[in-house]
Amino acid sequence: MSSARLSTSPPPRPETAAEPQKRTMTGAQILWECLEREGVQHVFGYPGGAILPAYDALKHSRIYHVLVRHEQGAAHMADGYSRASGRVGVAVATSGPGATNLVTGIATAMMDSSPMVCITGQVGSRALGSDAFQETDITGITLPITKHNYLVTHSEQIAPAIREAFHIARSGRPGPVLVDITKDAQQASCEFDWDAAAPKLPGYRPDLSPAPEQYARAVELIHQAKRPVILAGHGVIFSGAMAEVRELAERASIPVALTLLGLGAFPASHPLNLGMMGMHGEAWVNQAIQEADLLLALGMRFDDRVTGDLRTYAKGAKKIHIEIDPAEINKAVKVDAALIGDLRPVLRELLMHVESADRSAWLAAIDGMKGASAVRDIQNLPDSGHLYAAHVINDLWRETREADTVVVTDVGQHQMWEAQYYKHEHPRSLITSGGLGTMGFALPAAIGAKMARPEAEVWVVAGDGGFQMTMAELATIVQEKLKINVAIINNGYLGMVRQWQEFFYERNYQSTPLLSPDFVKLAEAYGILGMSVTGRPQVIPAIRAARQHDGPVVIDFRVEQEDTVYPMVPAGASLHDMIRRPSPLVETAADE
Amino acid sequence: MLHTFVVHVENKPGVLTRVASLFRRRGFNIDSLTVGRTERPEVSRMTISVDTNPDQAQRVEANLYKLVNVLLVEDITHEPAITRDLAMIRVATPGGARTQVLELVYIFRARVVDIAPESVVIEITGTEDKIDGMVELLRPYGVLEMVRTGIVAMRRGASPGPAAAGTELATLAAESNLRQLA
Repeated sequence: MSSARLSTSPPPRPETAAEPQKRTMTGAQILWECLEREGVQHVFGYPGGAILPAYDALKHSRIYHVLVRHEQGAAHMADGYSRASGRVGVAVATSGPGATNLVTGIATAMMDSSPMVCITGQVGSRALGSDAFQETDITGITLPITKHNYLVTHSEQIAPAIREAFHIARSGRPGPVLVDITKDAQQASCEFDWDAAAPKLPGYRPDLSPAPEQYARAVELIHQAKRPVILAGHGVIFSGAMAEVRELAERASIPVALTLLGLGAFPASHPLNLGMMGMHGEAWVNQAIQEADLLLALGMRFDDRVTGDLRTYAKGAKKIHIEIDPAEINKAVKVDAALIGDLRPVLRELLMHVESADRSAWLAAIDGMKGASAVRDIQNLPDSGHLYAAHVINDLWRETREADTVVVTDVGQHQMWEAQYYKHEHPRSLITSGGLGTMGFALPAAIGAKMARPEAEVWVVAGDGGFQMTMAELATIVQEKLKINVAIINNGYLGMVRQWQEFFYERNYQSTPLLSPDFVKLAEAYGILGMSVTGRPQVIPAIRAARQHDGPVVIDFRVEQEDTVYPMVPAGASLHDMIRRPSPLVETAADE
Repeated sequence: MLHTFVVHVENKPGVLTRVASLFRRRGFNIDSLTVGRTERPEVSRMTISVDTNPDQAQRVEANLYKLVNVLLVEDITHEPAITRDLAMIRVATPGGARTQVLELVYIFRARVVDIAPESVVIEITGTEDKIDGMVELLRPYGVLEMVRTGIVAMRRGASPGPAAAGTELATLAAESNLRQLA
């Protein structure tokens, strides 16, 4: 497979607008034609036998193909592309191992409702079911982790399947859709008719709207509430309802708590912003939720990481749930009003009836809950000679806050510190795997984000564990000449697992100490600038040098090894039962 | 308790797998599932009996709607409906038992569809309760083999219900989703 480069701005296609409505084309040509018409500009993929007809036809397409190093990377890139831009990300792989390598990335996108279309090649239709070379039942495998999927065995079915796939992926509650296309379907020719291929999905209803009485009930509950809290989730960003959430919060004086995936949906600097809720949310956020008399859940799904023990969750609160997926209503938490629909128009309708209110007593009570933890100022902690991840994240935030920055995090302690210490002002400025918690997500997702938003400053923040899972994609960064900065929060442990072992397994650090390569040399082997930072005074200079460098950079931040994410609600415990910081001025357990 | 759902789905390959997979991964306990053709060639109809509580029954319905090929879900548990199960039962008829067995067949309005020197095959259609009742009475003679189809169900009354041909399925489904939450 040669790495023939395609220009990013290929010449316009020879076809003109006067082209005939119906043309005879191969299935492979139809595939790319449909992707173009769906607005696709980039795909992330890896060629192989069963998808070769499609790759052969790619040379006639305007679509730019990014060659990945592992198909998992392709799926995460498509996911990151979609999260950065709101457009549907596309991953391409061959049959068998190519397809199965996509699985983790598809499951990641499913859990976080990322719109994505995966195209896989399949063995010839006559060989289906015969255990042919590189045959695997990928539609069967991905049945529970896709919003929908297709097995296409005839070229005539390609256009309808692709059109439906994009429609399903991006409408309603978004999600990944896989289209598995047999080799012979790619090779065969048929008449291509775009209009005739329009989606025919009589059972699919992405456009539900709330019952009128639910609006009335919600307005009544809001007006009666003395201690309301807004819980804003990923759905705010999908729906583009940031202004409406802000309008509601400001008019009715309701503080806003955010889920991990909701960060950026409401400005961190806003006086009504409480911060992140849940397992590693600040104590006052969870306390405010526990003491609230009304929760307004907006585009969030009461995940177990945000509720803790459901039996003790916000016992005194009425709940209003505004959510596009009916199956989420009353799933985890019984609600008093359910408004099923797209958040933005639903909030607009609601705002016609919500009156302004003064809730200064409640806001003052929450300020009281903050107490000492709110004045904890990581910047002014004395330099004890230790380098803490929190310092790195906080410095990164201070240095990049003015820029159009996208931070892509991996999974683990660094992810939580990022959520705590990087103050996100804008939607789509944080990309992270929330629901599935997929280590190895950050680096490939950042590549997707950079392809989608080339003007943005993209930072990977990853642990030494997760980074090593997908670091082969460094080659993709170099091949594509992408300016991406990588901050490895290197503590020599699988840190979050070590933290659980510390708290719940009597410090039995079984299989969590982790050997890493010399990341500086590794970077250099790829032709990437590598830096190593061991002390706090070097953090800001390294970040500045990375930003100024004309090319990708990897910074190995050697942070405190046994540092701990505080506060923490142990899994299954009540939200108010937090393990607090030993002292408000302590970042790490090692200083106890 | 047992909830009975009538699920109208697109008649396409793999739809049964999608429904069955949904029940498995969400932990819903299927008591019986039947699928067959309807008056419309493009629609298949499933009757699914699920052992569940009312809250979970709502989740079954909402999750079924997440499947793109599902057109309409009716929970007919509390609706006037006809439900039918069909069983074929091979019963031992040693000695003079055959006469007694045939008497039971007559009482239950079943039929004998095959006969051998020492056994008969009985076909019976009815509610699950009725078939259960007959099986209990046949058991002393020796039930050698039995197969049951699982139930099919249809609403009573003149109207074909919300699934009537030509009905705007999407509209109805949206309403049914919202009704359950009111």
